[in-house]
Formats: sequence, C-alpha cells, structure tokens
Amino acid sequence: METVVLFYVFAALAVISGLVVVFSRNIIYAAFSLLFTFLGMAGLYVLLSADFVAVAQIMVYVGGILILLVFGVMLTRKVTDVEAQATAKTSWPSVVLVGLLLGTLMNVLTKAEWRTVDSVPDIAGTTMELGELLMTTYIMPFEVAAILLLVAIMGAALIARR
Amino acid sequence: MDWTTIGLTHYLIVSAVLFSLGVLALTIRRNAVLMLMGVELILNAANLNFLAFARYQGLNLDGHVMALFVIVLAAVEAAVALAIVLHVYRQHNTVEADRISSMKE
Repeated sequence: METVVLFYVFAALAVISGLVVVFSRNIIYAAFSLLFTFLGMAGLYVLLSADFVAVAQIMVYVGGILILLVFGVMLTRKVTDVEAQATAKTSWPSVVLVGLLLGTLMNVLTKAEWRTVDSVPDIAGTTMELGELLMTTYIMPFEVAAILLLVAIMGAALIARR
Repeated sequence: MDWTTIGLTHYLIVSAVLFSLGVLALTIRRNAVLMLMGVELILNAANLNFLAFARYQGLNLDGHVMALFVIVLAAVEAAVALAIVLHVYRQHNTVEADRISSMKE
C-alpha cells in the first residue's frame, strides 16, 4: 500500500515539476524545478528496486548536469533582459502535435499486452551484480564510455575556451 | 486500468508524459539552455522505460547497465552542448534559437 502512495507522490513530483520546466516564464525557476523532476525520477527508480541507478542519477544529474545547466543559464543571460527570454508566444501547433503524440503513446501503452514477471528475486541490492556485469559482459562498452568521457571533457574545455 | 496496484503500465505512462514534456520543451522553447533541459527530460524518460522493463522481467540487470550508460551519455552531452552554447553566446550575444541564423557572424 505504501509503495502505491509513494509511486503517485514521486510520479506527481516528476510530472508537475516537468510542467514547470516547460511552461515557466523564468529560466531560473525552470532550472530549479528540473531538480525536483530528477529527484522524483530517482524515487521511481528506487521503487523499481534499482538502487544503484537511483544514487547514480542523484549524483550525476543533480550534482553535475544540473549545476552545469544553472551555470549555462547564468552565463548566457544579461541582468537587463529579465523578461526578454520569456516565451513570448506559445506556438499552439506544436502543443497540439505533442498532445497527439502523447495520446497515441498512451493508447498503445494501455492496450498492449505486456508479458510481465511480478516477483523480484530476494537480493540485498543490485550494486554487486552490476559491478560484475560491468567488469565482465559489458567491459568493452564500459571502456569505450570512459574514453568518450575523456574526449568529450577535453573537447568541451577546448570549445568553451576559444 | 487498475489504479490501486502499480504495474508496468503505470511506469510507462509516467515515462510517456515526461517524454512528451521534453519534446514540448524542445519545440516551444527558444532558449538553447532550456532546449537542453528538454533533452535531459527525454533521456530520463527513456531511462525510466529501461528500468521499468528490467524490473518487470524479474529484475533483469542488463536494463540497469543500459540506464547507467544513458546517464554517462547525458553527462557528456550536457558538457559539450553547454560549451557550444557558451561559444554561440560569445559570437552572437544571444542564445535564442530563432535569432541565431548563421554559424558565423
């Protein structure tokens, strides 16, 4: 019963703050409500018994990406044009199109017959198994991701400095 | 539709809503940083799908590994895209997407 309530709390947190991100007039408000979207998503991950991914989500998204985005907002904004960056006019055709997309997705999702397994193996956490998978089956993508991170950070520093 | 027991469909619906919000942010927002936030929303929605399907296959950890790689790629994408946005801001003095019509000034 508690998990049902928690699911709705976290889902509402993620969706409502997601709405603020899209429709808020102030960019800073959008950036900070993205924080609550990420926290709500991390809660949903925990409910899906993905503990390690949830912690990684909080550390990488909230601790890294969000700080980066807030820096981006602050560095690309003049103090004088507070109102200029607000969405002057909402483009209704795109709202309608996205509404149609959402309707189609909902229709498919609710009608499809998913073959699911409700039981979860009784394990203390996913960290150890994940570590083993990353070091055995997925060692190649793991190393490629490491190289990609290195190259991307160097590239970002190079582009931003010029 | 059963609202009192949470199943795979519930998670997929949350994910679909977040994906649509991300697409909406990409289409109606003109500020480049806000468009990036839309991309982050979309990647989060994809991650929720991976984890939901992993959980409802009896905790298949392959989905978790994929979610971790998506998080890594999101971090890479944010770093490079923000560097580009800063560069564009220095060249054009704005990051509004419809006021940037050339790659050079």
